[in-house]
Amino acid sequence: MIQCKDLRKNFDSHEVLKGISFDIPKGSIFGLLGPSGAGKTTLIKILMGQLAYDEGKVEIMDKNPEKLTGKDKKNFGIMMDNFGVYERFSCRDNLSVFADIYNVPKSRINGILDEVGLLDASKTQASDLSKGMRARLQLARTFMNSPEIIFLDEPTSGLDPQTMRGIHKIILEKKKNGATIFLTTHNMDEAYKLCDNIALLNEGKIVEAGTPKDICRRYDHQKKIKLHLQTGEDVEMERNGESADEISELLKSGKVETIHSTEPTLETVFLELTGRKLQEEE
Amino acid sequence: MYNILVIIKKELRDTVKNKTILIQFILFPLLTLIMENAISIEGMEEFFFIKLFAVMYIGMAPLTAMASVISEEKEKNTLRVLMMADIKPWQYICGVGVYVWSICMLGAAVMGMLLPSSNRLFFLVVMGLGFVISILAGACVGIFSKNQMVATSLTMPVMMIFSFVPMLSMFNESIKKVSTIIFTQQLKLLFDSMSFAGCQKTGVSILCINAVMCAALFFMMYRKKGLE
Repeated sequence: MIQCKDLRKNFDSHEVLKGISFDIPKGSIFGLLGPSGAGKTTLIKILMGQLAYDEGKVEIMDKNPEKLTGKDKKNFGIMMDNFGVYERFSCRDNLSVFADIYNVPKSRINGILDEVGLLDASKTQASDLSKGMRARLQLARTFMNSPEIIFLDEPTSGLDPQTMRGIHKIILEKKKNGATIFLTTHNMDEAYKLCDNIALLNEGKIVEAGTPKDICRRYDHQKKIKLHLQTGEDVEMERNGESADEISELLKSGKVETIHSTEPTLETVFLELTGRKLQEEE
Repeated sequence: MYNILVIIKKELRDTVKNKTILIQFILFPLLTLIMENAISIEGMEEFFFIKLFAVMYIGMAPLTAMASVISEEKEKNTLRVLMMADIKPWQYICGVGVYVWSICMLGAAVMGMLLPSSNRLFFLVVMGLGFVISILAGACVGIFSKNQMVATSLTMPVMMIFSFVPMLSMFNESIKKVSTIIFTQQLKLLFDSMSFAGCQKTGVSILCINAVMCAALFFMMYRKKGLE
């Protein structure tokens, strides 16, 4: 559905994207993880045909993004973190503008508002919405045209866990319905939970790619199991056949409170590869 | 065409809620109605307030409305959303322009009701022409401005020149001489004659030059900056 091969983009003498390659199959969620300034938004703009690229090959729905027609673009749903809503309009009126643009029947608005949990707030003015509700309104607008490809740029940035979970549920629902989703985030839990495939982007380069589980397993150098015993003691054991009997004994004796593997998180992997955190403190 | 209509519809929906713009649209027609009916001084020029406020209306309302609408959409990043939904920049500008022109013409019609029916067509034609020039100037400000604050600070001096110089020219000869190059002053002179027959070559030429300059500036800025 979306393919990138050795994509390069320069802004004057500064190389922002340095040979990016990936392939996103139809109906999957692809996550691009990287800190601010890694080139995520530039990549989205190129994929949407908003920005020309310098080298490489990019295809979206088997077309060069620069040659996408207006009709093609109506198959896209885009939610960027800095996109605004019409503050003086109600939620319904906000969607009504886009229903007109996409020629979608107005009767669909209620359904979409219900989908994102804003039906009760349909008459609320956008300026009175909370941050979470506003994000959901933006999502509703993104889904207005039932897009085949959805670009979500930091959709849950700065939201509370409950709203975040709600949005994750909606995203997974869209995937279930066949949409291909391109998600950028620096929330590793979000990527781990939602994405079929991810790429870790740092300073314009993909430093690692694959399924979230595979990546974490690949960087599990310790290959150990940690047991927390009821006595408060922590025991570390090698993850091999030799420790199996010992672990089994401890489990049978009921002394074990919790068991953890030493698999790293995506954040740890990113830190190991780049020496930087995904969400750097300011 | 369809996208232009969508933008017009969106702006119409916003009119009632956007008080800043709404005041611009109704202030001068309302003032004209009140002043023209309430004040009558012996020796005062006929339809003095209509002519005075008509020129101020042309210099103020379309200019500020255009600049404000465009810069607000830029500031709040809703313009980008529209562009992503495949609304072309020219469609957006046309939509906002047609909307501002139509609403201003409604205001002009209200003002024109106070004139004898024989003068109304002339009045509306001149108003319509003036609005177009003012809209182009407002679009330039909107395109140039990154946000509403910049737009306001740019609109203010331009608006003062367009709206107040023709009025001040009534009291000062030097201002009167300088003001002849401004389109609103030429429109005021046209309102003074209040007939197609009273149009003078020099006046029409100055109006055309103003219109061409505004259009050229608009296209230059549009090509250079677009709506980004």
